[in-house]
Amino acid sequence: MTRHIRNLAAAAADTVEAGATRREVIVTGVAASGALLVGCSLADAMSAGSPVKVGEFGPFLKITADGAVTVVSKHIEFGQGNHAGLAAIVAEELDADWSRVRVEQAPANTKLYANTGMGVQGTGGSTAIANSWEQLRKAGAAARAMFVQAAANLWQVNASEITVKDSLASHAASGKSAAFGDLLADAQKVTPPEAPVLKDPKAFTLIGTDRVRRKDSVIKSNGTARFTQDVREEGLLTAMVAHAPRFGGKVTSFDDAAARKVPGVIDVFKIPSGVAVVAQNTWAAKKGREALKVEWNEDKVEKRGSAAILAEFKKIAAGQGPEDVKWTAFGGKGDVNSVTDGELFEVAYDFPYLSHATMEPMNCVARVKGNNATLTFGSQMPTVDQLNTAKIVGNLPGAVQIETLFAGGSFGRRATFQSDYVTECVHIAKKIGKGTPVKLVWDREDDQRAGYFRPLVHHDVKIRLDKDGFPATWRHRIVTQSIMKGSPMGVPELDETAVEGTHGSPYLKATPHVDAAVALPDVGVPVLWWRSVGATHTAFVMEHTIDQLARKAGKDPIEYRRALYTKADAKRHLAVLNLAVEKAGQTVTEGFTRGVAVHESFGSVVAQIAEVKIVPGSEPKVGRVVTAIDCGIAISPDQIAAQMEGGTCYGLSATLYGEVTLKDGAVEQTNFDSYRVLRMGEAPTVETYILPSNNAPTGAGEPGTPVIGPAVANALLAMGRPATLNQPMVKPGQI
Amino acid sequence: MAIAFEVNGKAVTVQAAEDTPLLWVLRDEVGLTGTKFGCGIAQCGACTVHLDGQPVRSCSLPVSAAAGLKVTTIEGLGGSHPAQQAWAKLDVPQCGYCQSGQIMSAAALLAEKKAPTDEEIDAAMSGNICRCGTYQRIRAAIKEAAGIGAALPTAAAPTS
Repeated sequence: MTRHIRNLAAAAADTVEAGATRREVIVTGVAASGALLVGCSLADAMSAGSPVKVGEFGPFLKITADGAVTVVSKHIEFGQGNHAGLAAIVAEELDADWSRVRVEQAPANTKLYANTGMGVQGTGGSTAIANSWEQLRKAGAAARAMFVQAAANLWQVNASEITVKDSLASHAASGKSAAFGDLLADAQKVTPPEAPVLKDPKAFTLIGTDRVRRKDSVIKSNGTARFTQDVREEGLLTAMVAHAPRFGGKVTSFDDAAARKVPGVIDVFKIPSGVAVVAQNTWAAKKGREALKVEWNEDKVEKRGSAAILAEFKKIAAGQGPEDVKWTAFGGKGDVNSVTDGELFEVAYDFPYLSHATMEPMNCVARVKGNNATLTFGSQMPTVDQLNTAKIVGNLPGAVQIETLFAGGSFGRRATFQSDYVTECVHIAKKIGKGTPVKLVWDREDDQRAGYFRPLVHHDVKIRLDKDGFPATWRHRIVTQSIMKGSPMGVPELDETAVEGTHGSPYLKATPHVDAAVALPDVGVPVLWWRSVGATHTAFVMEHTIDQLARKAGKDPIEYRRALYTKADAKRHLAVLNLAVEKAGQTVTEGFTRGVAVHESFGSVVAQIAEVKIVPGSEPKVGRVVTAIDCGIAISPDQIAAQMEGGTCYGLSATLYGEVTLKDGAVEQTNFDSYRVLRMGEAPTVETYILPSNNAPTGAGEPGTPVIGPAVANALLAMGRPATLNQPMVKPGQI
Repeated sequence: MAIAFEVNGKAVTVQAAEDTPLLWVLRDEVGLTGTKFGCGIAQCGACTVHLDGQPVRSCSLPVSAAAGLKVTTIEGLGGSHPAQQAWAKLDVPQCGYCQSGQIMSAAALLAEKKAPTDEEIDAAMSGNICRCGTYQRIRAAIKEAAGIGAALPTAAAPTS
């Protein structure tokens, strides 16, 4: 999603300017800071009022006299293992003692901590490691040079003769050595080098080894890791909100007489997103909300069911939609109508809405006093959350303080352009005022009903085959909702989130004539990126289609892919496929059938060979999954493996069971009893093999998710079962 | 009303409506936040604690049902329980939110079965959801804690 966010910096600046035209903002916000909003740079607006003390070693590194090294992470940790990887990058160049390296979460500060690929502070698009790679190597190398220079000065020797290992500087000829802690005061006085010398990757001693393990496993195994849900402080109030039953509903009126009688309920009031019940504890807030009576204005709500929306998408794909439907072409070449002989293969796929269903439902803690807001929560996009909060409290975005905590999963959910649950909390805290801390708690039902789903998608594919059974022409139509439509910069010319994976596919590169286009009709359901975004459906369509074509041509699916990759010069695809085939070996586990899939996303290419069998009740059961990934230089092989294991489960859960349906616009699956997700006995055994590489690191958090679905579908094909044309594979009630 | 029970070996008396789920009493009143809220209807297991040694879903258990009984939470395992050690050794957690519940279910299983089979692990852990998908490592960690840690299925090291 990096490239989708890239222009947000400019859009954010526009937001600041727009805000400046409102008198109250100028009066209350600017007077305090003395800054001019109109025409001020984003960096100035974002850094105003947000004091961060940067030490001698820069914003990413702190070293104390006891020799402890703290790496400051600008990225939130919600499972990806990025804190370990980011710390390892610094520790490698610094030659620090890894056992004494810890990680601290950076506060919100766009100037210091922007994602270099986005221009705003945010985590997403599997970019945490990739965008920090050069930045953190330089931070570590610069600090190392400062310690070396300090030692050279102290010992009166040449800096080039000094070596560093495990936070200890040594001079072999004189036998002198000193720990970072002992050299600290002198090192802090050394001017940091402007262009620190980075290591040759061949000299890495930490990166790429099994020593790079998580730093948070102990606190996440003893209950002390701190999540938003766990924030406790003096005077903290808990709020729950009665939300509209359908998307777009507004409060008409409400009766809070019974709610106010619930012991512990302190206040009940209307906010833009519903009616808030504020109480002394969670249970009182929930009981208070249950006692509320709310009338909703549904003039503008989405009243269609998901089946009706899908039917509309299909009509549009067939050219029978409304006349004003706009098609945007992508990656076309040649003329698909120039070839009229050869067999025509036609296939279409449907994908349902999916909920992220993070284990920790959305939540936030906010304190508002006058124009000042201080937030504590799992903020995935601090810059965006600052902008949206600033508009509510009437202050400069940079003045909004955010302390980011661990989050119990996100998979994209905590990165909305509207900061939906954040602004809800800020509205409540503003009404309560006085800086009183307010924790907004969503229960599972709130979370499921709030939307921000992976959109419904329909693909329509028509391929004419050449005499060898390879595609001669490829016509592709995608109909879905635009994720980017909700962004401050509106819909880009081509919304890549809807087409990535089809757009750029090596199979289209290998096809002489391509005609591809996407239509993005408006639907009143909030949609969002969902772990691996466009690839959640495009990988399935491309990989499952290719397997069907291979079988039609009487060719082995692996050989068929190899031929196309060779034609497309897709060397990385070929390499991971070959690695997976080699590691899978010839022997298939008894009773299982294999399926293969390969897909590139977020700069990485993943190949999987999945072993599948059908268990009683007709459900697919996935056993061994051999995974090969090319993600550039591997910082933490163990955490890359963890992401392949987890990403595979996340993707498999969706393919097998995931579906949110709407009945007359209302979400039908409101908890885990109806929104089925993968459980222990259904989880596969994933083996991960990492392709050796000298390239800069690419994504790992998302690329493991979209490949398993088509691999399983392709195994079913190999069993002689029909193609999987809609998902989930296991329908509710079937077992 | 006042309800008395024991939490992690200490006697506590709380003032709460008797229908308040044990989960919210533990978190909001007793101040033990290691036990997590996930679904509120005993479907995800994030809130798992032991009641007189048996695993229960505290989100759906009224606090009145715990009166006079012994409650053990993740904090009560002490940090050096074999399951906790195995969890840390194998880097099981990702986001970590569900892991308190996972460990409490695993600890109850290990108290019953010294060497649980895969089928027994599936049965005992089927009520605990992990959306990060750490199931494979949870299984390995349970076996590690039981001292039957077979070779890990994970091949983490890069090939060269």
